[in-house]
Amino acid sequence: MAESVTPDRRERALARRLRRRAAAERRFRWLTTLAVVGALGFLLVLVTSIVAQGWRGFTETRVAVPTDLAAAHLPVDPARLGGRGADLALAGAGLEGVVDRAADRLAPDLLSPGAWLRVRDAIKRDPSLLGRSAVLDLPAGDALDRAWKGDGTPAAEAVSRRLAPRLSTGLATGFLTGADATDATRAGIWAALKGSLLTMAVTLALAFPVGTLAALYLEEFAPRNRWTDLLEVSINNLAAVPSIIFGLLGLAIFIGAFGLPRSAPLVGGLTLALMTMPVIVIAARAAIRSVPGSVREAALGIGASPVRLVVHHVLPLALPGMLTGTVLGVARALGETAPLLLIGMRAFVAAPPRGFTDPATVLPVQIFLWSDQVSGGFVERTAAAIIVLLALLLAITGVAVTLRNRWEARR
Amino acid sequence: MTLPRITARDVSVFYGATRAIDRVSIDVDQDSVLALIGPSGCGKSTFLRTLNRMNDTVAGARVEGTIRLDGEDIYAPGTDVAQLRARVGMVFQQPNPFPKSIYENVAYGARIHGLAESRADTDAIVERALRRTGLWEEVRDRLRDRGTTLSGGQQQRLCIARAIAVEPEVILMDEPCSALDPIATARIEELIGELRGRYAIVIVTHNMQQAARVSQRTALFDAGRLIEHGDTSDIFTNPREPRTRDYITGRYG
Repeated sequence: MAESVTPDRRERALARRLRRRAAAERRFRWLTTLAVVGALGFLLVLVTSIVAQGWRGFTETRVAVPTDLAAAHLPVDPARLGGRGADLALAGAGLEGVVDRAADRLAPDLLSPGAWLRVRDAIKRDPSLLGRSAVLDLPAGDALDRAWKGDGTPAAEAVSRRLAPRLSTGLATGFLTGADATDATRAGIWAALKGSLLTMAVTLALAFPVGTLAALYLEEFAPRNRWTDLLEVSINNLAAVPSIIFGLLGLAIFIGAFGLPRSAPLVGGLTLALMTMPVIVIAARAAIRSVPGSVREAALGIGASPVRLVVHHVLPLALPGMLTGTVLGVARALGETAPLLLIGMRAFVAAPPRGFTDPATVLPVQIFLWSDQVSGGFVERTAAAIIVLLALLLAITGVAVTLRNRWEARR
Repeated sequence: MTLPRITARDVSVFYGATRAIDRVSIDVDQDSVLALIGPSGCGKSTFLRTLNRMNDTVAGARVEGTIRLDGEDIYAPGTDVAQLRARVGMVFQQPNPFPKSIYENVAYGARIHGLAESRADTDAIVERALRRTGLWEEVRDRLRDRGTTLSGGQQQRLCIARAIAVEPEVILMDEPCSALDPIATARIEELIGELRGRYAIVIVTHNMQQAARVSQRTALFDAGRLIEHGDTSDIFTNPREPRTRDYITGRYG
């Protein structure tokens, strides 16, 4: 009975309930904080392990090789050195052999296969090198590179110890400007990076307009009937289709039916656009739906036609949201490997693509290919390539966020 | 006596199978303010929105009967709805300026309906509309500010300015003061008085005193039917229908 409960007991019961509620709320808050801390922890482990492995990928070991070019008497006409035939002239004169012999005097198989190209470039910058002897810093071969970085075979370790005074570490400029190679010390990321950029350009150019226009149709103009319901379900399902299926589709349609070239950024971009479009449609529809009904009424009430309503009011308000969705979609496409394997973008590409139809590969596929290699040098390159991919992703999101903020501030 | 601006005859509105308005016939005159009153859900807003076809945006809405604006059937096939709404402007319950500058808010309608040939035209239209709503002195130095930075009452006057910048023949107001404080309300009511005669005005209101203050004609709706309509003074002092008397004396609704 209510009368039998004394005020004192009621107060104690109240205090107990309050305590219990406070404790429960504290626990819940802790749980949410824990989730964030846990997620950040994983991110930190990921980033540190990649950077710890990857930073060496951006460095190369150099050997100071005494080279007497004067004694080699290279049959080169000094007049040709300034012109466009310089490369050919120096190669034809046997420069590679001269450099190899100079290096062999220190140890066999010392240099990276591309080392002599550095000498060639040095001569082009300073033709007087041909007439004297000099000590040149040249990139070491894979074995010595591994040994100097502390991860080599016993034989290479011995060479590394013996040559220690001649060894140094420098920035691997070739890594950021070169293409894939069979030798880890010559392998570069530029070809894959350029392939990625070209592919993304195709994806963006196709998926953004088609995706946003489709979303506008579905939200603003489509009649509500069974046909549009079906369309809606299909698009939602399309967003959940495993990406490799899109690769099969791209292979069958773009390469099989349309006869477009294999391995090309054009085909890769088209395939990824198919994959990205449903994501953009869904995000864009959400953005369109978040435009306040009061703005719609205001525009219609003043006599704006449905199309003017969309172009003048809905689109400007929904664009930041559409942009966010597009960036999410493109970021996902940028990291996609599986569908591109199927359309042949896993080929060994030794030169950067010059256009949309040249054979190319992309960053994630390059990472996948290098991770398959046994040599320790490629392990480093793999991690370094991952850093490049992450940096590219960050750059894209950064640009998108800046764009969106500027947009929102302008309105 | 001048011809009525709008004549509605046997107008019924259906939402799906539900009949929201039941055979309403009423005229909107050029020179007087018509107030639509009645309890919540009686259909007065629905009826107001049939006058500029704003109900077209509601899925499943259907209108029967005829509504003529200056003799033209506005539900006739081939009617350009956007053009109709330029002639019959609307002010909503919640002030809803566009998330754009004050200037753009007023200039927009004039621009899309081709009323402004040049920049100077637009400037003139914006100034005239803002002066007519008494906003000019308050906002002349901040025309580039967003319309949403104004106070609620100013926003509603901005919406009225936006509507009259298009030079409509009729202005529909759907409870324009329900989101405003008494001072802002008084300012809007005063404005309605100033606009009377220049535009035919139809106002939906919940506030009996407001109807008595601003209107010359009043129509009472209940359950989708037009119960009684006539001169405001008659309705409030000498109602014919018992339900009208009950409603205006506050016994129901």
